Amino acid sequence: MLKNFIVPDLYPAMPEIFLAAMACVILLVDAFVGRTQRWITPALTLITLAGCALITYQTMDGQVVLTFGSMFVDDLLADFLKLLLYLAVIVAIIYSRDYLVARGLDKGEYYVLVLFATLGMMVMISAAHFVTIYLGLELLSLSMYALVALDRNSPRATEAAMKYFVLGALASGLLLYGMSMVYGATGTLEIGGVAQAIHLGVANKTVLVFGLVFIVSGIAFKFGAVPFHMWVPDVYQGAPTPITLFLSSAPKLAAFAMALRLLVYGMFDIAEHWQSMLMIMAVLSIALGNLAAIAQTNIKRMLAYSAISHMGFMLLGLMSGTVGADKHFALNAYSSAMYYVVAYVIMSLGAFGVILLLSRAGYEAENLEDFKGLNKRSPWFAAVMMMIMFSMAGVPFFVGFFAKFSVLLAAVDAGHIAVAVFAVMFSLVGAFYYLRVVKLMYFDAPVDAAPVVAALDVRFLLSLNGAAVAVLGLFPDLLISLCTYALLRSL
Amino acid sequence: MSSSLLSLAIWIPILGAFVVFAAGENKTLARWSALAVAFAGFAITLPLYIGFDTAQVGMQFVEQHPWIPRFNIEYFLGVDGISVLFILLNSFITILVVIAGWEVIEEKVAQYMGAFLIMSGLMNGIFSALDAVLFYVFFEASLIPMYIIIGVWGGPNRVYAAFKFFLYTLLGSLLMLIALIYLFLSSGGSFNLLEWHQLRIEMAPQILIFLAFLVAFAVKVPMWPVHTWLPDAHVEAPTGGSVVLAAIMLKLGAYGFLRFSLPIAPDASHYLAPMMITLSLIAVVYIGFVALVQADMKKLIAYSSISHMGFVTLGFFIFNQLGIEGALVQMISHGFVSGAMFLCVGVMYDRMHSRQIADYGGVVHRMPKFAGFFVLFAMANAGLPATSGFVGEFMVILGAIKYNFWIGFIAATTLILGAAYTLWMVKRVAYGPVGNDHVAELSDINHREFLFLAILALCVLAMGLYPYPFTEVMHASVDNLLKHVAMSKL
Repeated sequence: MLKNFIVPDLYPAMPEIFLAAMACVILLVDAFVGRTQRWITPALTLITLAGCALITYQTMDGQVVLTFGSMFVDDLLADFLKLLLYLAVIVAIIYSRDYLVARGLDKGEYYVLVLFATLGMMVMISAAHFVTIYLGLELLSLSMYALVALDRNSPRATEAAMKYFVLGALASGLLLYGMSMVYGATGTLEIGGVAQAIHLGVANKTVLVFGLVFIVSGIAFKFGAVPFHMWVPDVYQGAPTPITLFLSSAPKLAAFAMALRLLVYGMFDIAEHWQSMLMIMAVLSIALGNLAAIAQTNIKRMLAYSAISHMGFMLLGLMSGTVGADKHFALNAYSSAMYYVVAYVIMSLGAFGVILLLSRAGYEAENLEDFKGLNKRSPWFAAVMMMIMFSMAGVPFFVGFFAKFSVLLAAVDAGHIAVAVFAVMFSLVGAFYYLRVVKLMYFDAPVDAAPVVAALDVRFLLSLNGAAVAVLGLFPDLLISLCTYALLRSL
Repeated sequence: MSSSLLSLAIWIPILGAFVVFAAGENKTLARWSALAVAFAGFAITLPLYIGFDTAQVGMQFVEQHPWIPRFNIEYFLGVDGISVLFILLNSFITILVVIAGWEVIEEKVAQYMGAFLIMSGLMNGIFSALDAVLFYVFFEASLIPMYIIIGVWGGPNRVYAAFKFFLYTLLGSLLMLIALIYLFLSSGGSFNLLEWHQLRIEMAPQILIFLAFLVAFAVKVPMWPVHTWLPDAHVEAPTGGSVVLAAIMLKLGAYGFLRFSLPIAPDASHYLAPMMITLSLIAVVYIGFVALVQADMKKLIAYSSISHMGFVTLGFFIFNQLGIEGALVQMISHGFVSGAMFLCVGVMYDRMHSRQIADYGGVVHRMPKFAGFFVLFAMANAGLPATSGFVGEFMVILGAIKYNFWIGFIAATTLILGAAYTLWMVKRVAYGPVGNDHVAELSDINHREFLFLAILALCVLAMGLYPYPFTEVMHASVDNLLKHVAMSKL
């Protein structure tokens, strides 16, 4: 047997290999650095991510390359999403540092777990095989469960981790079950092979659609779309804020890639089935997310419900592709969904960044009340938060508006005018709670007059984050076109 | 002809606002820099009027660049005889607003001035955008500064008013967004408004498009029955906010009818004209009666604004030259008059901290100069000949009588109602014996207040005595619009 073994082409997987190696090195180094050299671990982590970005950028050639026996794919879509992923993780780590240090949570585990979670996401993004997807997903999920429980003295965090773990394990089970069904119907686990089998019509339709239901459930869990959203508010609220920041940003990119690989690459020919499922989830997510967010007093929980509604909007884009033709005709729909995810990640990073900024040692700024009078305490960061809130509400000139716009365009193009009207009506409801944050910051007097202090790099990055929300709204074409181009070259 | 004038008119105030923000806590610097920016913004719009070719029908000062090529969205600006006047009016009012807030606003001066400047730039954007998405983006973005202005510098119930204002207007514009997307798809992928004007649409979608636009613009105008946000917003907003709201923001809705509803859906406009006329007449008559019983001066002027705007929509939907030109004249006149009325109330409020009519009486004895202006503007509001208020109303009434005698007849009752509620308020506030000790302590207007009231008084009189420069500019464009509306798009 051994003589049949062929060394796979490792070149397309270089970023993953580098990250895995470096994560192990960091784990080792962290065990030996003393109290005074605490900066080494975060520095190495950031260098690793920067190195990954460099490798990804260097190996980006726009070709679709399959390796590891067609289990792993490197295409422009993967490279683009990975570069955004590194950026999101780097930003998340920099925002989190002060908070973690102040609470004694800046242990090596945090950095290593974040790196492993990142590795899991990269594998998900590049997956061309059901097993690869599952592998990446589990690596991400297990790291995440541990991260949520990072503050082991906090009962709330432990409870959140437990909930996340139980529900997450269930969702993984569902996904796996669905995959096995699809395997049973098509006889292959390769995404390309599955697509082929479905296209040729050799697959048993009943079993296939039955499996599809479970696969869609697993994907919906990762997005946190209704009715698989139960974990989102509890985990967002219970986890330490830096973990919520991380959880609410980068994994959405990976989940998007997973949805795209499984549904669009794998099962495009039965799109009418998964599109109707996505439509129901989109409608429910937009409605429930926006309605429930109104009642929240905890801003992390409010943003959790807002995340549910945003994912609903994203699904609205994903379900709007033209069925029964070439995938490229559906390009607008998928690129709008991708653009929405990227825009959401940028906004989410900024929003949680401001929450972290306001949290000091021994003080959690996590209630809406804590934002009262921020304009008096720090006009600049109040303005940043205001821009993010208006952007999330979908008001121009901010990136969130064009994200909603492109999704609505795709939905109306696919003939879903009623759904589009429904979605905009609920984004009107959503505008209320975003406006409330602005009201607290601008119209109310501060309860707590302490000036906002933060390290220079955090201030700079957060300002840049706010500027990105505005600049990408003033010149939206760049990001939209990048998303479209990456998809065009990879479909 | 240099063609970046419109861009400058939009971006000078907006970028200037950031200079004002930079002044931070330095109030004097903030005020003077805001004034400088406002003047620069106004100066840049003057060549628009001077260089405007009144004989030309199409768009002038056109700028057209790709903005979001992915969706074929363009940065496409241009003005015709309808929009150019509003850009001038807007930039002009901005100066007055800055002066009006000079000493009155003590808190966060830089943010106050900056918000108004940003809004001014956005408004110019709305009036000059010829790409539907560009229009929409300016239209909705202008909610943000107004929300902040009402909420931060407003009265006791400001939070309620700010939310109501924002959500009401957002409701309308979101439906419009869907209509815009629909038009984009049915026009084969273009957001170009001028191309949309040529687009053929079936009757059923035309009616739906018209209704979607109607929700957006009717809220903004505001038309009865979606007007309830306006009295709240006006009462709570600071004086400057009320002025901009009444003088400019209300015109956006009416402008939208001319730019979107009428030319894009002319058949639906004709079909639904009876409904529009009915709604307009309800606004004119019913809201006129509502204004009569108001105890709060700002609320009274707010209701009178709704009533006057009913005149404007009436003028649009009788589809004749007199009607539309009269409505446009009325819009500009209302910009001056309602702005002036709110400034007058502001002048009194700054001294008495009350807007209740019952708290005043005999103001003329203590503030003779002020009372002179107040009476003049009230007369203009009531539509007295030789003031600007008369010209527009008269033209619309004439147009309406041409269309149908009884519609004209009902509309003409405004001359009585308007006179009744305005003059009765003036009587109770300015005349009679000195009402109470607080009134007895009033001091007359200072130079700053005299300045802005005098400027507005000049405008009101000039427009009333010689409206030709205004109607001349709009003539060709209105003609063209009517030709468009007369053609079926089925």
